[in-house]
Amino acid sequence: MSSKPRLTREQVAARAALELHDGDCVNLGWGIPNLVSDFVPAGITVYFHSENGILGMGPRAKAGEEDYDVVDAMKVPVTVIPGASYFDQGTAHLMARGGHLDLSMLGGLQVAENGDFANWKIPGSQGSGGIGGAMDIATGARHLIVCMEHVTKDGGPKLVRRCTYPLTALACVKRVITDLVVADVTPDGFLLREVASGWTPREVQQHTEARLIVHGEVPEIELVGRRRDSTR
Amino acid sequence: MRQKLYDTVDAAVADVPSGARIFFGGFGGAGFPNNLIQALDRQGASELTAITNNCGSGDGELGILFKHGRIRSVIASFPGPHARHFQELYAAGKIALELVPQGILCERIRAAGAGIFGFYAAVGAGTQVAEGREERVLGGRRTVFYEPLVAEFAFIRAWKADELGNLVYRKTARNFNPLMALAAKTTIVEVEEVVPVGALDPEAVVTPFVFVHRIVQAKGIYNVIKA
Repeated sequence: MSSKPRLTREQVAARAALELHDGDCVNLGWGIPNLVSDFVPAGITVYFHSENGILGMGPRAKAGEEDYDVVDAMKVPVTVIPGASYFDQGTAHLMARGGHLDLSMLGGLQVAENGDFANWKIPGSQGSGGIGGAMDIATGARHLIVCMEHVTKDGGPKLVRRCTYPLTALACVKRVITDLVVADVTPDGFLLREVASGWTPREVQQHTEARLIVHGEVPEIELVGRRRDSTR
Repeated sequence: MRQKLYDTVDAAVADVPSGARIFFGGFGGAGFPNNLIQALDRQGASELTAITNNCGSGDGELGILFKHGRIRSVIASFPGPHARHFQELYAAGKIALELVPQGILCERIRAAGAGIFGFYAAVGAGTQVAEGREERVLGGRRTVFYEPLVAEFAFIRAWKADELGNLVYRKTARNFNPLMALAAKTTIVEVEEVVPVGALDPEAVVTPFVFVHRIVQAKGIYNVIKA
């Protein structure tokens, strides 16, 4: 892997936050997506959804003010914002699976060029593994964005032709945001939308198993300022 | 009025037999029936099947039942890396596990309570979850058939019960509890507070009393992660 700088996890989250629109109802999964709520653009209100029964989740609770009956899906004590509601786990998943949320962002292990998605188990890993809410959320998402590192810890590709890890859901991913690219899943494969500062599309392709489709000049990933055109 | 109030958690679980299938509510440290779980451990029933989101955190939540070998089979969504006792048994091949997507787990339980004999969903299509299951293309999408999940007992936690068994919950401690109450032959609830009939606002009741069979005020552990 090239030693050129890539985006930090926080920068990937900041870029992902530019996908948020005022009034959106959004589920954020484990990993980088969990950081996105720290980067909501000023002046908009986003209603974060938690699969244990919150719509309108606010920031993490301050030290000393935790209520352990108000936790997110990672067991972290959180707060709620005006307009929030509580409900049971089945209703929470109904919202996700039934396509009632505007946007879901999940961490990933592999995304294939046909939109297939794997995020719950690395083959050969220790322990039972666990699915959690990922299959329901990925299957039902109106718009699913996967936020992850571009390659594995060993430098292996995560944007692949076909997933080799156990699948989470078929043909569900619309966009991937990594520490090197923003790319959309299209009928022809991954369309490269943005590339990290200092990288060329050709260099990024060398670290990508799937073919990246390039149309003309590819802009740099912009971390602040104007919201990019959304595919939604 | 049918007497549903029990004086102790031990009395509320005294007749749970070995081999029973039991729903356990709780998620993310909140809403676990920890006092009923501890009582079940003291009672000693074994060869149990647990239907639950996760499999405990150290000795906490369901952990103690795995530590003492009470459970032989699990239907769960996310057993969890901190479910040390479960993971040891699983690695040793001493426990059966069916992994179920979390929302599908909810709907299979709700179906059992609702007299629905199964349903098709796109969730799980093309994944390991679909292995051995009937698949159909419906509305142009691949779907998978899921059967209901029944149990003899539900162990749940609520905030307040009236003496009939109407329940209200507190914030995200609600999670799986109202769903599991729907689908067990005997639903046992531990609550923070028991109030007289008429004291709960009918508009605010989440679980109507018809689904609740035993009520016990829990005086011990609340949320394990708070301790």
